[in-house]
Amino acid sequence: MTLNETKTGMTVRIDSLGESKLKQRLMTMGLIPGTRVEILHSAPLGDPIALRLRSYNLAMRKADAAQIQVSEV
Amino acid sequence: MAALSVALTGNPNTGKSTIFNELTGARQKIGNWPGVTVDKKVGVIEHNGRKISVIDLPGTYSINARSQEEQVVSDYFKENKPDIVVNIIDASNIARNLFLTVQLMENGIPLIINLNMMDEAQRHGIKIDMKKLEDAFGMPVTNTVGRSNKSVRKLLDVFTNAVMTNYEPSKMIREHINKVRNIQQSGLAASKIEEEIISARYDLIDKIMSSAVTVSAAGKTLTDKLDSYLANGISSLVLMVVAFYLMFQISFNWIGQPLADLVGEFFDETLVPWAADTMAEAGVADWMQSLVSDGIIAGVGAVINFVPLIFTLFIILSFLDGTGYMARVAFIMDPIMRRVGLSGKSIMPLVMGFGCGVPAIMANRALDNHKDRMISIFVTPFITCNAKIPIIVLFAAMFFPDNVANVVFAMYFLGIITAILMAKILGETLFKGQESTFLLELPPYRLPDIKTVLLEAWDKGKGYLIKAGTIIFAMSVIIWFLSSFNSDGMTEDMDNSYLAGIGSATSVVFAPQGFDTWEAGAAVVTGILAKEAVVSTLGILYGVDDELSTEDEDVGESAETMMATSMGGAFTPLSALAFMVFSLLYSPCMTALGTIKKEAQSFKWMAFVFFYTTAVAWVASLIVYQGGKLLGFE
Repeated sequence: MTLNETKTGMTVRIDSLGESKLKQRLMTMGLIPGTRVEILHSAPLGDPIALRLRSYNLAMRKADAAQIQVSEV
Repeated sequence: MAALSVALTGNPNTGKSTIFNELTGARQKIGNWPGVTVDKKVGVIEHNGRKISVIDLPGTYSINARSQEEQVVSDYFKENKPDIVVNIIDASNIARNLFLTVQLMENGIPLIINLNMMDEAQRHGIKIDMKKLEDAFGMPVTNTVGRSNKSVRKLLDVFTNAVMTNYEPSKMIREHINKVRNIQQSGLAASKIEEEIISARYDLIDKIMSSAVTVSAAGKTLTDKLDSYLANGISSLVLMVVAFYLMFQISFNWIGQPLADLVGEFFDETLVPWAADTMAEAGVADWMQSLVSDGIIAGVGAVINFVPLIFTLFIILSFLDGTGYMARVAFIMDPIMRRVGLSGKSIMPLVMGFGCGVPAIMANRALDNHKDRMISIFVTPFITCNAKIPIIVLFAAMFFPDNVANVVFAMYFLGIITAILMAKILGETLFKGQESTFLLELPPYRLPDIKTVLLEAWDKGKGYLIKAGTIIFAMSVIIWFLSSFNSDGMTEDMDNSYLAGIGSATSVVFAPQGFDTWEAGAAVVTGILAKEAVVSTLGILYGVDDELSTEDEDVGESAETMMATSMGGAFTPLSALAFMVFSLLYSPCMTALGTIKKEAQSFKWMAFVFFYTTAVAWVASLIVYQGGKLLGFE
């Protein structure tokens, strides 16, 4: 599944990031294949979403999350 | 002995600025890095008889030169070799923070790794073995406790010429650097190389983490609990409205206005009479007395009045930003802002715009892509800044005495709606197809350091004080001159002054809006110098002797005085409304235009803003006047 299809409270592992302009910035922020990500909460209307990875919280839009392949752990 | 040079570098939200402020205090200088709109902060201190010059590099996640900030840090290290580089790390977020550390090491920059906020890390279940971390990097590791002055001062003892001599990169680091070299020479595509290197850095970080850091489950932190209310679902929007309402109440009614009243009182009751007496005693010429009292003191006083309001608002905003709440506001507002063609990150600048547009335009630096940033800069001037308040309050009280509050509210609302509408239009025309992104760290909630909050508020608000001392000062002299002279010399008859000439030439374009008097035209022209001038010009031209007051209790009185003058007859309620609408929306003041030129780094964009905002204002006031007439209003 992709990261935008996850639900609050789930923990997933990143499989691949997909090709996007944001890719290198996402990687710099610590989203590397294999990284565990917890889905924390979302803004009104469900977008953007807040994630926890590597002990910090990061927000991104669902459109960008749709590029990221993940699997549940 | 030359000063010891120390550079502070690190990620955003690590408390780096607080440490810098603690080290240098008020002895810091804020300038600009050449060619970019990034603050350059330096401070010189003396410790044990030794001069230490500290530079605070902009907070960045990496040095890949993708943003202006990253470019600055990257260039700095290419061109300078500071004696000591301190890498400030947020210990509670060590894994991602070490990314920059590793990248700096790859560039052969020796570092002191300073772990900040160790106490917070422990609460989050993160334990760091400083000795093992030192071994892993081969670099000295120190620690500080966020807001503890003592622990920050201890850093000063570490700053000596000899501190780095016994350290060199560990074997693990040297191996990593070789690995990176190999990737760089692998002949892969540039983007692939970059990605491989990023992965290699995190591989190394994971290795270091497993040797020096233990992370245990800490349960729900305070941040998690707060976020479930403040950054989650619809309720978060309600709480945000309450927070903003309180912020405006405090800055405009509870603290700002009483302080403003005190300042106003001082000007009216102490300074003006004192200046008049002193000049009279000294036998100063009448024209000079008139220039100083009616021109300079009245003009500068009108601006100084707003200084307390502006500073209160900026202190609260800096405080909220320091707690981490403004990041949440950007997060929860993004769905709404995105639909109108902006980003959640535009909220902070737009809210600042209610105080003063100049720092608000500069605050758009926080936006991470070109499209969002430019649109946000271009619509900020529509927000009703402090200087526009007297226009609304005075006209509302004069022509709509029974509906003052409603008119004031409607005018604020009009500013916001116009900003939203224009953002949408600009996004779908000039900036069509350009990408908008939103990637935002949500830092843990923290109690901000008061010194840092005050310094930031001062930095944002000081421009307003400078404006009062320079532009307003000059403008007061110019307006006084233009209204007191014509080609024959000094004149008592303002209808024949230079200003009347300029005003009537300008007023021609306002015939369809119903306010084509030379006085209104003159007010519009002087308003470009500073919005405060709109009301003060009208006051001078319609011959109100006393200074106009826009304070709540007196405004009815001054409105009555004004109605009694020819101003009451010059406007109908409908043309007054049209004039208000025009004054609120047309070209930002000179200072704001100058700021736009600097921030957009283009004279053309500045000219664009001047013309398009004025066009919008002209059309909006036309609709109000002609529409109103069609509906049978006068």
